[in-house]
Amino acid sequence: MATVKGRIVVDTERCKGCQLCAPVCKEGTIAMSKNLNSKGYQFATSINDDCTGCINCALVCPDGAITVYRVKLN
Amino acid sequence: MQDTLTNEEICKPENMVYHRTALLTEAPLSYCPGCGHGTAHRLIMEVIEEMKMQANTIGVAPVGCSVLAYDFMDIDMQQAAHGRAPAVATGIKRLYPDKFVFTYQGDGDLAAIGTCETIHACNRGENITIFFVNNGIYGMTGGQMAPTTLPGMKTATSPFGRDVETMGHPLKITELIANLPGTYFVTRQSVHTPANVRKAKKAIEKAIQYQKLNKGLNFVEIVSNCNSGWKMTPLESNKWMEENMFPFYPLGDIKVPK
Ligand SMILES: Cc1ncc(C[n+]2csc(CCOP(=O)(O)OP(=O)(O)O)c2C)c(N)n1
Ligand code: SF4
Ligand SMILES: [Mg+2]
Repeated sequence: MATVKGRIVVDTERCKGCQLCAPVCKEGTIAMSKNLNSKGYQFATSINDDCTGCINCALVCPDGAITVYRVKLN
Repeated sequence: MQDTLTNEEICKPENMVYHRTALLTEAPLSYCPGCGHGTAHRLIMEVIEEMKMQANTIGVAPVGCSVLAYDFMDIDMQQAAHGRAPAVATGIKRLYPDKFVFTYQGDGDLAAIGTCETIHACNRGENITIFFVNNGIYGMTGGQMAPTTLPGMKTATSPFGRDVETMGHPLKITELIANLPGTYFVTRQSVHTPANVRKAKKAIEKAIQYQKLNKGLNFVEIVSNCNSGWKMTPLESNKWMEENMFPFYPLGDIKVPK
C-alpha cells in the first residue's frame, strides 16, 4: 500500500488547459475537465485517488495553477 | 483508516508541498497555454523568494511576449527598448552595485535587434545576470523568423522553411558569448519536464549567487517552445523542441567557473 497520499488543487480560472501536466503524472491522476472555465478552457482535474504528491504536475505548469498537498501514512 | 482520508484532512496548510510563489502577482499571465515563459518566470521568482532577495532585486523586461514581465514579477522592474535590456541593466547595476540586477529577454530581443548590447555587455563583463528565453521565433509579432530559427524551419517570413543559402545560419549566441572573457557562468537549460525544471532552477540559483562575486556576467539560456508561432499544440511543441531544438542547441553548462 502507498505510504504517502497526495492531492492537487487546481486554480481552475488560472488553468489554460495546456495539458502539459497530464503526461508527467505517473499515477494517471490528471485529465481535462468536460466543463469550461470562464475563459473557455477545459481545466486540469483529478480523476482518481492515486496522487502521491510528487509535484511533477506543478513543476511543469506554466501558469502555476496547481497546488500540491502530501501526507505520510503510518 | 488511512485510505479514507478526506480532502479536508489532506489539504491543510501544513501538508502543502507546492504552491505558486508569492513573488508572482495575481495577474493572469498573458502567455499562450503551455508557453515556457510562464515556467521560466516562476522559477526565477521562486529562487528570489527562497533567497529572500525581493527587496534587493531589479529586473529589466524586454520587448517580446515577456514585455509585461513587470506586471507578473512582484519586484522592482524597468522596461527597456527592444534589445536594449543589457544596456539598461548596465546602468542600473553601476548605480546600485549592491542590488541583484537581471534582464529577461527573448531571442529576437537578445540575438537580433539587441545583438550589439548583448555582446558588449558580455564582453565588458558587466556584473549582471541575463535570462534568455530562446524559442527560435518572434513569438509576439506573429511568428516571424528570428536569428535563432533552425534551418528548414517554417515561420511566417520563411514559409518554405529557412534556407540558409539566402537567410543565413542560425546564431548560437550563447556559445558566442561564452567565448568572451567577460562572461563567468554560461549555461543552457529547458523547462519542459519536471527533471529539466529542477535542473534549470539550480542553474538560475547559481547565476544569481555568482553575481555577488562580481566576476562578470552570468547567462542562462532557456530553450523553450512557442506553440502558437510553431503552429502546434503545447505537447507537440515540446516534443518538436526535444527532437529539433536540442540537437542544435544542446542543453548543459557551456562555461563554468574554474
Ligand atoms: C524597435 C522595435 N522594433 C521592432 C519591434 C517589433 N517587435 C516586437 S516583439 C518583437 C520580437 C520579439 O521576439 P522575441 O524577442 O524572440 O520574443 P518572444 O515573443 O518570442 O518571446 C519585435 C520584432 C518593436 N516593438 N520595437
Ligand atoms: S506567442 Fe509564443 S512565446 Fe508568445 S506567449 Fe504565445 S507561445 Fe509564448
Ligand atoms: Mg522568441
